[in-house]
Amino acid sequence: MASAPTYTPIATQTLATGASSVTFSSIPQTYTDLVLVTQEYTTGTPTAYGISVQFNGDTGSNYSNTLVSGNGSSAASSRATNKIGAWIGYESYSANWTNIVTNIQNYSNSTTYKTLITRSSVASNYVAAGTSLWRNTGAISSITVLSTDFGSASTPFVAGSTFTLYGITAA
Amino acid sequence: MILPGILASGISGHLGGNYTSIATVNASGSSNTVNFSSIPNTYTHLQIRGSMIGASGGSILVAVFNGDTGANYTWHELDGNGSGIAAYSGTGNNYARFYGRNVGTSATYPTASIVDILDYTNTNKNKVLRSLAGMDANGSGEVAFASSAWLNTSAINSIVVKTHDGTNFATGTQFALYGVK
Repeated sequence: MASAPTYTPIATQTLATGASSVTFSSIPQTYTDLVLVTQEYTTGTPTAYGISVQFNGDTGSNYSNTLVSGNGSSAASSRATNKIGAWIGYESYSANWTNIVTNIQNYSNSTTYKTLITRSSVASNYVAAGTSLWRNTGAISSITVLSTDFGSASTPFVAGSTFTLYGITAA
Repeated sequence: MILPGILASGISGHLGGNYTSIATVNASGSSNTVNFSSIPNTYTHLQIRGSMIGASGGSILVAVFNGDTGANYTWHELDGNGSGIAAYSGTGNNYARFYGRNVGTSATYPTASIVDILDYTNTNKNKVLRSLAGMDANGSGEVAFASSAWLNTSAINSIVVKTHDGTNFATGTQFALYGVK
């Protein structure tokens, strides 16, 4: 079997000041999968309860998700359709860091819609996993992480929030 | 070392030298199996990353190790389908369960999966894996966690991934095997 090292950091962003969105642009098309690792929380009282991503600047209602979560006393599954962002995790605030690891498989193919699978957690609040869809066959060349799943980023990520994008290449 | 993918709650540093692509299989459309053989024993963990599509039908995604099709596998799974959650389990099965529902039922809505197989060369432990998989189709779909055990202490040197009901993987389906130091 051939083998080759991979799992390459593409870019990392650490917020020096609060921001409502973070964008990775000019993503190379040379990998098979992307992994987005974030740790953040948001300021104020959230008006939305999700963190989302938009691909290639698409702000249309072309995203959907299915998720399962548990908050320590109950578990639930929910779904959203025709959203303007792909859910990757729940929002947190008041210094409770949210950890999210999002996998975007086969991101550069131009035949299928794009599916991501994601896990997120805030130790003091919940754990969750989900899958989201972008109904577009275009190769993903940019990712914008939004501090809401409504597309109106009203509760900024705090300074110190980190966002790292990795690329994985299949042999 | 932090295991990447679904096991990582945070990742730091350059992982390139410690996470290695071992082999990739692209489905031809005429088979429901994917075979990884002669797996090197030089890693600590294995990870299989899948992107699956299908022309029709659907099936659960399963695997067998070292060609063992005996009743030597157990598993648990937690699913969410957008309106409810369900938990399943099995004992004495002849497969490890990767993902429980409707793998790749559409050519345009891929199912994504990541499976971690821990300490696969250890000859003192039964082997365990855990998986995260999901498919959303804007109004339907599912996300699932699963864990399986192979009740065998042998080092894993081959893995056959397959659909349980024989549904072929469509062209465009890909499984990639990685080794983690």
